[in-house]
Amino acid sequence: MSSYYEASARERLHALFDRGSFHEFLPPSERVVSPHLVQLDTPAAFDDGVIVGRATLDGRPVLVAAQEGGFMGGAVGEVHGAKLVGLLERARDEKPAAVLLLVESGGVRLHEANAGLIGVSEIMRAVLALRSEGVPVVVLDGGQFGCFGGMGIVARLCDAIVMSEEGRLGLSGPEVIETTCGVEEFDSRDRALVWRTVGGKHRYLLGEADAIVADDISAFRAAAIHLLDTKPDLSLEALTAEHERLGARIEKFGALRDALDIWSALGVEKPENLPLLEADAFRAAVDGKRA
Amino acid sequence: MEKLTFEFFGGAPVNATRAPALVGVVGSGNLEVLIEPAELGGACAVEILTAARGFGATWKAVLDDFFTRHKLADVRIAINDVGATPAVVALRLDQAVEDFLGGGA
Repeated sequence: MSSYYEASARERLHALFDRGSFHEFLPPSERVVSPHLVQLDTPAAFDDGVIVGRATLDGRPVLVAAQEGGFMGGAVGEVHGAKLVGLLERARDEKPAAVLLLVESGGVRLHEANAGLIGVSEIMRAVLALRSEGVPVVVLDGGQFGCFGGMGIVARLCDAIVMSEEGRLGLSGPEVIETTCGVEEFDSRDRALVWRTVGGKHRYLLGEADAIVADDISAFRAAAIHLLDTKPDLSLEALTAEHERLGARIEKFGALRDALDIWSALGVEKPENLPLLEADAFRAAVDGKRA
Repeated sequence: MEKLTFEFFGGAPVNATRAPALVGVVGSGNLEVLIEPAELGGACAVEILTAARGFGATWKAVLDDFFTRHKLADVRIAINDVGATPAVVALRLDQAVEDFLGGGA
C-alpha cells in the first residue's frame, strides 16, 4: 500500500498509470517557468507546479495532469493554467479514453491574480468543451492541500470525482472562512470539523464525489479505471435534473448546522461513528443513504 | 533571491542521451533539483536560485562534499531553493543523481 496523500504529484503519476507509460509534455528541462514570480523575487518551479502528459491506464490512452500542492499550494498561475488548458484542448484533437486531473490546489495563485483568474476560467471552458465532445474528465482528489477555490469549481464541472477521506473539496477553504466570518463560524484548526465538512466522506454522502477510496494509490487507480467508460452528459435534461437535485438538497439540509446533522437526516445510524470507519466499512454503512 | 553558480572539474562524463531527472518540490524548507546532461567541456555546473540570501559559503561546502561523492562531468544541475537546510540539500542531490543514473522515475 502506497499513500496517495503523502506522495508528490510526480510520484502519483508514475505509480498510478501503467508502468513506464507516462510521457510528459513541457517537462522541467524546458524551463517554462512563471514570468511573474521572478518579478516578485520569489522562487519559481521548473514545471510551475503542474505536470501534464499522456499515459495509458489499463492499456487505454489517457491525457493526465497532476498538481503539486507543495509548490505554492498547487495554486494556478498563468503558466500552470495554460498547461492545463493546453492539455484539455489537445484532448479535443486526440480524443483519448479520458482526461484525468490529479488535483491538489488552493485555487488561483494570488501572486498572479488576473492571469491566474483568467487561467481558471479558461480551464472551466475547456473542460466543458471537451465533455461536450464526449471525452470524460475524471478528477482524483486525495492530496494534502485538498481542492479549493477555482479548482473546486473546475472539479465539480467534470464528469466524476474520486476522493479519499483525506481529500478535501470546497470553494472557500477552512482558513478563508475563519478569516472572513470569524472563528465562531468555523474553527479551521478543528481538524475533525474540517474533515467532516469538506472531507471525502461528506462529499461522497452529498453525492458530489462519485467514489470514495482508501488513501492508497492503487485504490485510486482502480477507481479511475472503473470510471473510464463514463459518458459525459451535458444535455439540458441532465442539467435541469442536477439543478433540481441541488435545489431539493438545500431545501432539505439548508437549515442544518453541522455535517453530523445532515448524516443523521440522511438516515445514517450512529453518524458520529462515520469518521472512524475505513473506506470499505464506510461505503457499506452508508449504502443507499447518499443524498 | 540570490543566484549562485559553481563549477567542478575532474569528473567522469555521463551518457549524453540520459533523460533529465527532477526531484524535490519548491516549498518551504525544501528545494527542487533538476539534473541533465550538457556539453560543458568536462564541467559539472551547478546553478542555484535561493530565497535565502548570504549562504554562498554553506552552498559551496555542501556542493564540495557532493562532488566528492559523485564525480560527474558534462552535467548541469539547476536548483530552486526555499531555504532548505544543508542536510536536506545533500539528500536531494544524492536522490537526483540516483534517479538520473538509475533511470528511475
